[in-house]
Amino acid sequence: MPETLLDIKNLKIEATVYPPGEDPHDITIVEGVSVSLEGGKVLGLIGESGAGKSTIGLSAMAYGRGGVRITGGEVTLNGRDILKLGPKALRGLRGREVTYVAQSAAASFNPAKRLMEQVIEATLKHGLCSRSEAEARAVKLFRKLGLPNPETIGSRYPHQVSGGQLQRVMTAMALCPEPSLVIFDEPTTALDVTTQIDVLAAIKEAIRDTGVAALYITHDLAVVAQVSDHILVLRNGNKVEYGPVKQIIEDPHEDYTRALVSVRSIDHEEKKPAEPVLRVDNVTARYKGTNFDVLSNVSVDVAPGQTLAIVGESGSGKSTLARAITGLLPPSAGRITFAGRTLTPDLKTRSIDDLRELQMIYQMADVAMNPRQTVGTIIGRPLEFYFGMRGEEKRKRVQELLDQIEMGKGFIDRYPAELSGGQKQRVCIARALAAKPKLIICDEVTSALDPLVADGILKLLLELQAQEGVAYLFITHDLATVKAIADSIAVMYRGKVVRYGPKTQVLTPPFDDYTDLLLSSVPEMRLGWLEHVIETRKMESAGN
Amino acid sequence: MHPIVKLLSQRIALGLLLIIATSALIFAGTQILPGDVAQSILGQSATPEALANLREELGLNEPALSRYFDWLFGALQGDLGTALTNGKDIATSMASRLANTLFLAFWAAIIAVPLALILGLVAARYAGRWPDKLISGVTLATISLPEFVVGYIVMYILAVNYRLFPSTSVIYDSMSLLEKLNAIAMPVIVLVLVVLAHMMRMTRAAILNVMQSAYIETAELKGLRPATIISRHAFPNAIAPVVNVVMLNLAYLVVGVVVVEVVFVYPGMGQYLVDHVSKRDVPVVQACGLVFAAVYIGLNILADMIAILTNPRLRHPK
Amino acid sequence: MRRIPLSALIGLFFTALFFITAIFADFIAPYGMAEVVSNSIWDPMSREHLLGTDALGRDMLSRMIYGGQTTIYIATLATALSFTLGSVLGFTAATIGGWIDQALSRLVDLVMSVPSLILALVVLSVMPVSTTILILVMGLLDSTRVFRLSRAVAVDITVMDYVEAARLRGEGTRWIVFREILPNALSPLVAELGLRFIFAVLFISTLSFLGLGVQPPLADWGGIVKENKEGLVYGIPAALVPAVAIAALAISVNLVADWVLNRTTSLKGGRGA
Repeated sequence: MPETLLDIKNLKIEATVYPPGEDPHDITIVEGVSVSLEGGKVLGLIGESGAGKSTIGLSAMAYGRGGVRITGGEVTLNGRDILKLGPKALRGLRGREVTYVAQSAAASFNPAKRLMEQVIEATLKHGLCSRSEAEARAVKLFRKLGLPNPETIGSRYPHQVSGGQLQRVMTAMALCPEPSLVIFDEPTTALDVTTQIDVLAAIKEAIRDTGVAALYITHDLAVVAQVSDHILVLRNGNKVEYGPVKQIIEDPHEDYTRALVSVRSIDHEEKKPAEPVLRVDNVTARYKGTNFDVLSNVSVDVAPGQTLAIVGESGSGKSTLARAITGLLPPSAGRITFAGRTLTPDLKTRSIDDLRELQMIYQMADVAMNPRQTVGTIIGRPLEFYFGMRGEEKRKRVQELLDQIEMGKGFIDRYPAELSGGQKQRVCIARALAAKPKLIICDEVTSALDPLVADGILKLLLELQAQEGVAYLFITHDLATVKAIADSIAVMYRGKVVRYGPKTQVLTPPFDDYTDLLLSSVPEMRLGWLEHVIETRKMESAGN
Repeated sequence: MHPIVKLLSQRIALGLLLIIATSALIFAGTQILPGDVAQSILGQSATPEALANLREELGLNEPALSRYFDWLFGALQGDLGTALTNGKDIATSMASRLANTLFLAFWAAIIAVPLALILGLVAARYAGRWPDKLISGVTLATISLPEFVVGYIVMYILAVNYRLFPSTSVIYDSMSLLEKLNAIAMPVIVLVLVVLAHMMRMTRAAILNVMQSAYIETAELKGLRPATIISRHAFPNAIAPVVNVVMLNLAYLVVGVVVVEVVFVYPGMGQYLVDHVSKRDVPVVQACGLVFAAVYIGLNILADMIAILTNPRLRHPK
Repeated sequence: MRRIPLSALIGLFFTALFFITAIFADFIAPYGMAEVVSNSIWDPMSREHLLGTDALGRDMLSRMIYGGQTTIYIATLATALSFTLGSVLGFTAATIGGWIDQALSRLVDLVMSVPSLILALVVLSVMPVSTTILILVMGLLDSTRVFRLSRAVAVDITVMDYVEAARLRGEGTRWIVFREILPNALSPLVAELGLRFIFAVLFISTLSFLGLGVQPPLADWGGIVKENKEGLVYGIPAALVPAVAIAALAISVNLVADWVLNRTTSLKGGRGA
């Protein structure tokens, strides 16, 4: 009978919120959650934003962030209820028995202290070993986690190492006191996809080798499936389902879990190539006052009623391409043809029809809408501006558009702040659609959304494409989204298109090195995927 | 060259440039405006001959630009010109007054800085609770009061009601340090009250800002004691903003001095400046303005330099 | 409708009281502004003279009411000037950018590198002292602060995606400034309006106290402190009456400004503009 390390019973967590202009009041964040974890095992906590997963994770350290208070239930760790401990006993527990790895390592390190000082701090303060022993431990962990120059990296300052490396150093910091439980709070979410896989593999190996138990918190089921033994699915602070990872992935019992598992598995048939509506021809661009090209010789086409996905990591130039096409950043060379007309480089000199037929949707719907305008004004403005619609006619058309984006009556007089994330993005889609465009540029439109909400947006975009025959230039870093929506794909890396063609062709081997790396880094919703990828990469590099 | 040396020398160069530009601004302020120095000295009823004579005497018939450069080069060599009202050398008359003003500002700073830091820490430590609210309330009140009002309230209470101090702060060179301190006690109290509020408020904000950082949470989750968290993690990061607060307020103190000196009839730079503004003694006003501006700019540049020196990103570049 | 906090209500009440008294001073004041009503000076409070009399035997209450009128009049006009000038130039600099922005910003940096009081004293040493000159000097000097704030606010807003979206739509400058930027810049500017007004009140009071502001027989509150300061040494607190008035006005406006700022920093609902 394996020993129970952590036992959470009937947990209730509340917080006081201070909405501006209203009286402060208490809200319940987590209610009635029970779960337990054996020593040396990994429990995945999964859910969308607001599910309470981080809050539950931190309850294992009896810690509430900001105004958060644990108001009910028991949290038993190593046989004692830690919610009943006094401050001194709690300090003895934190950083010794339980440690924490945060999402943003960059913010979680003290900028004024060297890494080594911070990594061994808890180990020393709890008197676990001497300084030289602690440093030796740290160096060993740095090596295990695959950090470059493990002997000397500790003498650097946080801002001197990269984000992916910092996340590994933070993992080393958590493992250094040899705790019995580590809480990983979205440790790879802020990283690029190709960096994420290395950090994930390093974390998994470190967990296995040290035999430590872990709570792994994430919103990405595919990621958590790679590292966990059990998974707890949460929604709005309540438990949805709990079970072994195999059962959750392969045989989910609850509808909500099923939806999470089947996320991004939209079937999309690639359409036949056609005469392009947008042709980007050898475009080169750079920002004022810099001396390197953010885009160099980019050529892509978009066919009417079809979707071209531009894929790349941060810094690949994919958003700059959108700025070049819209005329916000006039290209220094090359030609852009749209609907048979050559577009002038600068936005200011374009005709009203050029502007109308080329619309844009942004990543952050929050800042893409004027907070002082109602939904009716936001969607109605293009109608008024391009088609001269007024009064009742305009209002009727706005309502039609709202129906098209599956938002009913009553939204027309609301303000953006009164909408949910998904609803905001829908309003932005309606605003673009109101102009009756031939092409919509979608810049990371789903990356700020929870997976299920993002799925809804993708389905809506596909439906609207079928109805209106509008083409999309879909910019994203997320390959799973690409598979779901694209007809053709351009892979960008450091300002260049490295691979371009119809979807099936781009996604079929043989690959160039970068596309191979990118494709193989996308977490897949199956067990053993991570090991498989790492193994393949090792063999490839051995073969070379 | 280490980038930090480059940044620091840039700051110093900027400071010098600002002082030169400021001198032009001050000079322009007294020359280009419709009022004419000669006219304002002699008044509206002056005869044209008298005006012409005075203009000649003051060199007003030369072009403004050449007069500016004469003045500036003189000032750079320590020659601030002569006063119109008594024909004395301005630099000489100013020296002892400047010393008096610095003496007053020094004692005010010595008391105000530690007091503000401690109260700021207390307010930050009990943020949102009664000590914080009490401190904020008092702060709001003092910020809303002009310096001379604070001055007379203090004078009314301490000098008139309780007769603790003389109501004017006259000091002589022959006084002992203790006598001098007794004489300046009230202006010092007023200056402390005046800068305390700002300094405390800004210290509180700077510390709260640091305390809300993610790395403070990391430290808490390491099980460190609150004292360790503050000394090892909060303090090193709070130095730069707090020093900045102190410097900005010392600069503010320099201005507060002007009014407080008038209230307590203290023989310093402020009194000297205000007297000669009323007498329309332009050379003295220009000279005082330049000195005040230089001190003010100097303190601001110093604050910048300390912020650069304590920034780990700049100290240890990639 | 959200509840107005007590502190803001108090602030609103007193601010309104001060302004109404200032506007209707001629009807409210029991005696003339410079009318000598008593043979003795610094009479204590009495039924005829609610606040006693001043250093020349004039009715203190009347003097205070007219003084308030002068203070509020000068401060209001100076604030109006600094605000109009500062915000127009600030918005222009932010939306046009380029060398105009650079030139204006450097000029403002320069003026702000000298304490306002010092610069005002330098200028007043050659200028004839009149109400108009005072308003001009104060308004011009203080417009630098408004310029900095409105430029910063406008720059923050112009980089927002909704402004970019309007540009992409092809909207003209007028729509972008008045419909996209201004409604979102209004609340920080309104709160700043209060702070600038307080600053103007304190500034004019200080100048008059130094004898370089409003000239006798006209007096503002700062001037009344100056007229009666000799009395303090003899234990006559007449000088403290205007002092208290200055503080009360400043605190009241501060309370209102705080409330406006808190109420509108979050854009929830967006209806509060």
